[in-house]
Amino acid sequence: MLFSMLKPHMEITDVFLAVGILITISILMTMYRVIKGPTTLDRVMATSVIGTKVVVLLVVIGYLFERPIFVDIPLTYAMLNFVGTLIVAKYIERGELWKPYT
Amino acid sequence: MGKKLSYILTFIVMFLFWILLSAWQLYPDTPGKFDVIHISQGIAAAALTTYLSRRVIFDLSKKWYVKFLRAIPYVAWELWQIVLANLDVAYRALHPKMPLDPVVVEFETPLRSDLALTFMANSITLTPGTITIMVEPEKGKFVVHAIDRKLAKPLVVDQTMQKKLAYVFMEGQHDSSA
Amino acid sequence: MEALHIISAIFMFAGCFFMITGAIGIIRFPDFYTRLHAAGKCDTLGEVLIILGFMIYQGLSFLTIKLFFLSFFILLANPVGTHALIKAAYVTGVKMWRREENG
Repeated sequence: MLFSMLKPHMEITDVFLAVGILITISILMTMYRVIKGPTTLDRVMATSVIGTKVVVLLVVIGYLFERPIFVDIPLTYAMLNFVGTLIVAKYIERGELWKPYT
Repeated sequence: MGKKLSYILTFIVMFLFWILLSAWQLYPDTPGKFDVIHISQGIAAAALTTYLSRRVIFDLSKKWYVKFLRAIPYVAWELWQIVLANLDVAYRALHPKMPLDPVVVEFETPLRSDLALTFMANSITLTPGTITIMVEPEKGKFVVHAIDRKLAKPLVVDQTMQKKLAYVFMEGQHDSSA
Repeated sequence: MEALHIISAIFMFAGCFFMITGAIGIIRFPDFYTRLHAAGKCDTLGEVLIILGFMIYQGLSFLTIKLFFLSFFILLANPVGTHALIKAAYVTGVKMWRREENG
């Protein structure tokens, strides 16, 4: 198989490490759009994408440190990221979050 | 009778989900405890969530079991469309010339209920090359942004997705006799 | 490595490929609406495939159901976030890129 050509004895933790490095590379590529994006919505979209990739990276790290029960924390962060994106989009669309009490 | 039954079913589903996440002790090494304190916390959490989402999940209106059974092949078709959508975006992103031709289209559908419109908007976002922009609930009008003119054709001209959803939710012109 | 590990590694590498392609699309595309296409779709499937690889590696246990709910939540939540962003852009008036006739 292709894997046996790379190392004499390849473990599954090497696959986890490779996946983690590839995800980190894709996070750094998306940071380019956070810095450069001409509109504000570009930056909000890139932050939401980075949030989803960080969720996957946390699951990978949990498996690398042999504590896979860590998966509760990425579940919470996925919900926080989703709600944050919705709130910022609603604010940009309306100009205010709720009507001021007068 | 319909409302009370939907409350009780929602509460049972929420409570079972809470037990699954926090207090399951199937094998001796799973982290979870099954004593009174945790169960009472589970009941309080499940009751609060049931009150906040009263009529969303189990809407025991007319003929919901038929809708549920017809939705399963639709979800399978949907998952296949997600894979096709990603292959299409990968082709457009990696091509050296980047063939793009974005356009905004509008069309009308015979769907009127909340759940059917939500399914339709989600399905349009997960199909190759289209994202929903705006939905108008009174006339069922959708404003959609397509990444290529050829990919907007199955939505506007052929209307495959509208026919499938009208079949699932029974809101087409042919069998809206529910 | 057994057969189950090889299948799980194939799923994980396929998910990584889709994520990197999505990041390339976000950098290359010329306009906000087209970038949102690449971000919303590639991100969701890449993530679902990687977590599916982890589920196959873990086997049938208590942890697999938690991972399944994580991927199911992301599968439902990402299109809703994408739709909210594109509606905010359309109403606020972000300019759309059209292909010129001499391209």
